[in-house]
Amino acid sequence: MTTRPFLGWFALPSVLIAIGIAASFLAIVQYSFRAHVPGALDPGGLTFDNFTTLWKAVYGQAFVNTVLLCAWTALFTLLIGYPLAYAMVRARSAKLRSAILLISLTPLFLGEIVRTYSWMIVLGNRGFVNAILMDLGLIDRPIAFMFTMTGVVIALVHFTLPIVVVMLAAALAHIDRNLERAASSLGAGRIRRFVTVTLPLSVPGIVAATSTAFAWTFSAFATPQIIGGGQVQTISTLVYQVGFASFNFPLAASLSLVGLLFTIAVLTVFNTGIRRLERLGGHGA
Amino acid sequence: MKKTALDHLLDWGGRIVLGAILAFVLLPFVVVAIASFNDGAILSFPPKAWSLRWYANAFEYRDFGAGLRNSLKIAGMGAAIALIAGAGFAYVIDRYDFALKRTLNAVLMSPLIIPNFTIGLGLLVLSAAVSMPRSLGLVVATHVIIVLPFVVRSVYVSLQNFERRYEQAAESLGGTPAHVLRTVTLPLLVPGLVSGGLFAAILSFNEFTASLFVVNQSTQTLPVAMYNYVREYADPTLAAVSVIYVLVVAAILMIVHRFFRLEKVLNVE
Repeated sequence: MTTRPFLGWFALPSVLIAIGIAASFLAIVQYSFRAHVPGALDPGGLTFDNFTTLWKAVYGQAFVNTVLLCAWTALFTLLIGYPLAYAMVRARSAKLRSAILLISLTPLFLGEIVRTYSWMIVLGNRGFVNAILMDLGLIDRPIAFMFTMTGVVIALVHFTLPIVVVMLAAALAHIDRNLERAASSLGAGRIRRFVTVTLPLSVPGIVAATSTAFAWTFSAFATPQIIGGGQVQTISTLVYQVGFASFNFPLAASLSLVGLLFTIAVLTVFNTGIRRLERLGGHGA
Repeated sequence: MKKTALDHLLDWGGRIVLGAILAFVLLPFVVVAIASFNDGAILSFPPKAWSLRWYANAFEYRDFGAGLRNSLKIAGMGAAIALIAGAGFAYVIDRYDFALKRTLNAVLMSPLIIPNFTIGLGLLVLSAAVSMPRSLGLVVATHVIIVLPFVVRSVYVSLQNFERRYEQAAESLGGTPAHVLRTVTLPLLVPGLVSGGLFAAILSFNEFTASLFVVNQSTQTLPVAMYNYVREYADPTLAAVSVIYVLVVAAILMIVHRFFRLEKVLNVE
């Protein structure tokens, strides 16, 4: 550590931003304990009503939907992302590696709207997939993807894939190849080498990727809103609806707050659980 | 090593799986490109006639132009502010120990966990509580908060790989701290700063959810304008906008890749 005092001032802008973040979070907490005054944007007096309102079935259903979407999306994203990350890290030619990386990252840089709209065209009743299946005579009537959980999960997997691939690739790239060579010299075939060496060593990356996938899916808004079309309500779509359709910002704030606490709880349980598993398996410190 | 029949099977199976996954990733963009040249007003496959009318429509629709200008302004300002603040913070946490360092770090990194809709709602409610109007400044502030963690991480990674001996050499030759910073430290950090800034700009340009909460009619960004369009109209104009969007972003990515190699920027080597 060097001690050149004046350079410490470089932290000042970030301190101001941190204060802004903390203040907006406190504003949410504060609002969630205030009464909603219909027709007014300013909240009323102190109350616990918002949290009791959240026990209603609509909100409970949104929680269930969100958790299901997060779980399915995380699962399928891992199943698709792992081979992709593996192929990228292990590709022999630099060109192939770059191509896989660029293709898997493209969605990340195209934003939620372009991607969601594109999936709408793919999955719609007269969309690409249904048109092909009907032309081939495989189905008589279009399969309903829009406004269903299936459709939302498909689009969300696409939404979450890039970040999961990057995290898995980082984990796989840092595995010492000598361990695999050692296994190979001891006579392990490719499948055995993968299952007993590579896969276990990539568990920390899988854990990190799963929790990130979970958090991203939880945060997704445009995809459930457009593909779900109001039929698949999630916490995010409900927060927006409560806020901008009925201007009940106190209720939107309490819904966000409970949602956030819930995510943190899930991620904490998940991470500690895995860490304990790792210690049992002898991988951790 | 000799390849067994099983190895060949695994090779081919792997190639097919890889191809299928890459096709899944690219499929929506290919389909949206086809749809954008569809002459009909209703999206259907395969298109019966082809035309460029939706591109013309996209260029004529006012909200897209205004949204693009806003987005460029916001992404530029947001990335610049996030870069200054983020690089400063990364430098300070790399070089100094101070009280509350971990707290500050946790707060600044929290937007990686806090959903964007919560960040947007929080800033909206905060601006209402302090009676601040929903100006462009509020949108920029929102974007800075969201992209800052990425800048900090990117600059911090370059600081970790930093050769401290150059600084020490400059100091032993009598350079003042400010001089060393300007002539040695900053030039060596340029790749990290550029990639951090570009990432910040691209992420900010794409940010949608939090923006939806804090924009108004005059500050709406391109993604918000696109969202509003898709809620109101069902014609393929948005497909044309999406194609242009994809081309622009892909071009930027290629340039970044050419100069900085994405593998390096993303630390997957």
